[in-house]
Amino acid sequence: MSVRARIAPFADTVLPWLAFAAMVTALACVFLYVPNERMQGPVQRIFYFHVNSAWSAFMGFGVAAAASALFLWRGDPTYDRLARAAVEVGMLFCTMVLVTGPIWARPIWGTWWTWDPRLTMTVILWTVYAVYLVLRSMGQDDPQIARYAAVLAIVGVLDVPLIMISVRLWRGMHPSVISAPAGTGGIQDPRMIVTLVVALVAFALLFLWLLWRRAEALRLEDELHALADDADAVDGRAAVRRTAP
Amino acid sequence: MWSILRKDLLLEFRTREAVSAVVVLVVLILLTFTFALDPEGARAAAPAVLWVTLIFAGLLAVQRAFLVERESGAWYGLLLGPVDRGAIFVAKMIGNLVVLAIADVVLTLLLVLVLGIGVPAAPLELALVNTLGLVGFSALATLFAAISVRLRARELLLPLLVLPLLVPVVICAVEASRIVLAGGGASAAGVWLRVLAVFDVIVTVAGWMLFEQLVLE
Repeated sequence: MSVRARIAPFADTVLPWLAFAAMVTALACVFLYVPNERMQGPVQRIFYFHVNSAWSAFMGFGVAAAASALFLWRGDPTYDRLARAAVEVGMLFCTMVLVTGPIWARPIWGTWWTWDPRLTMTVILWTVYAVYLVLRSMGQDDPQIARYAAVLAIVGVLDVPLIMISVRLWRGMHPSVISAPAGTGGIQDPRMIVTLVVALVAFALLFLWLLWRRAEALRLEDELHALADDADAVDGRAAVRRTAP
Repeated sequence: MWSILRKDLLLEFRTREAVSAVVVLVVLILLTFTFALDPEGARAAAPAVLWVTLIFAGLLAVQRAFLVERESGAWYGLLLGPVDRGAIFVAKMIGNLVVLAIADVVLTLLLVLVLGIGVPAAPLELALVNTLGLVGFSALATLFAAISVRLRARELLLPLLVLPLLVPVVICAVEASRIVLAGGGASAAGVWLRVLAVFDVIVTVAGWMLFEQLVLE
């Protein structure tokens, strides 16, 4: 756990304040600094949080897959806790994507939801990792659950490119009523790029901090269980001694 | 690997437990679809009916493949055998595939006879599409059945684990079946078949390699 000991002072003291400062700056940029998008008006400002939530979510799922593979390879429970924390935090951001998206889509596209490949992909990812969390909570008392969850995370990541290809082909075969927006390539104003980058940094810091907190909480949980088991063992020995003649 | 497969298939042949249950289930799901969609609608949606029926019947059948050993307490004997754990996975997967293939043939016959979708113009292509789809399903479902069979809420957990990751199979198999049933050749459905084949290879290899992690005690 030397890595943990080395990053702990930074992650416990500096990181939360950095994330807080960056998030306040990002909010100021989004609401005060960046100009309105000409066609879409103020609702476009949600874009800076929507896109960065998506990046943080993908980061979470990527970390989860890498940590799961390391866990199966090395067997170190630190990696398992990291994977679990990454899925939880990734799910949080993925949910934010799915909430902020429709808020933007309703006034701009005229509908809350459409089966655009990107939307379909996000909602499938959300279900995959929701199942990961269900599996973890259902198998709490199973000592092998960490392995099962790791296998799910790895197969999930292997499946992602295939899901992406098939939903693209699937929609490609059908006429799309509402065309997808032109993407971020349409950004002209440098202030928008500044805001996007500031928000990106803020979300990355928030992601790291939440990941750290969650992994630490899981570590403490494990230690508590280990202590409780020890205490039980001591009680058990004491009971044996009492009943012995 | 072949002896495990032979044992499972022999057991199945003698008892006909899984096949008969799955076939009856397939008939019942098909009936439910026909009532829910009315026969006209069910005929129009034949590719979707075919795959949704197979997937839901299959989810129930696949679980059984590991329960046989667990109920009779032979699981540790199987693990102690001098075989690679991946071979157990492949044997179980092929066993499931055989059961599902039989159900698939019955279901296709019923779609023709009862729904009157017309005799498939390209039976070989249809067989190819169905084989590729079923291999992908069997691989994914067998891998996750090894997880769910050991947890309490197994009946609930298996569909949860399988369905999100099965999306490529559902999309590609339904689209390819639609093209083939409409009389198109394998080349018309080429792109769907390629994605299905890639899915089959990736999931089978991943299953072979990861299965060992699921049966460590």
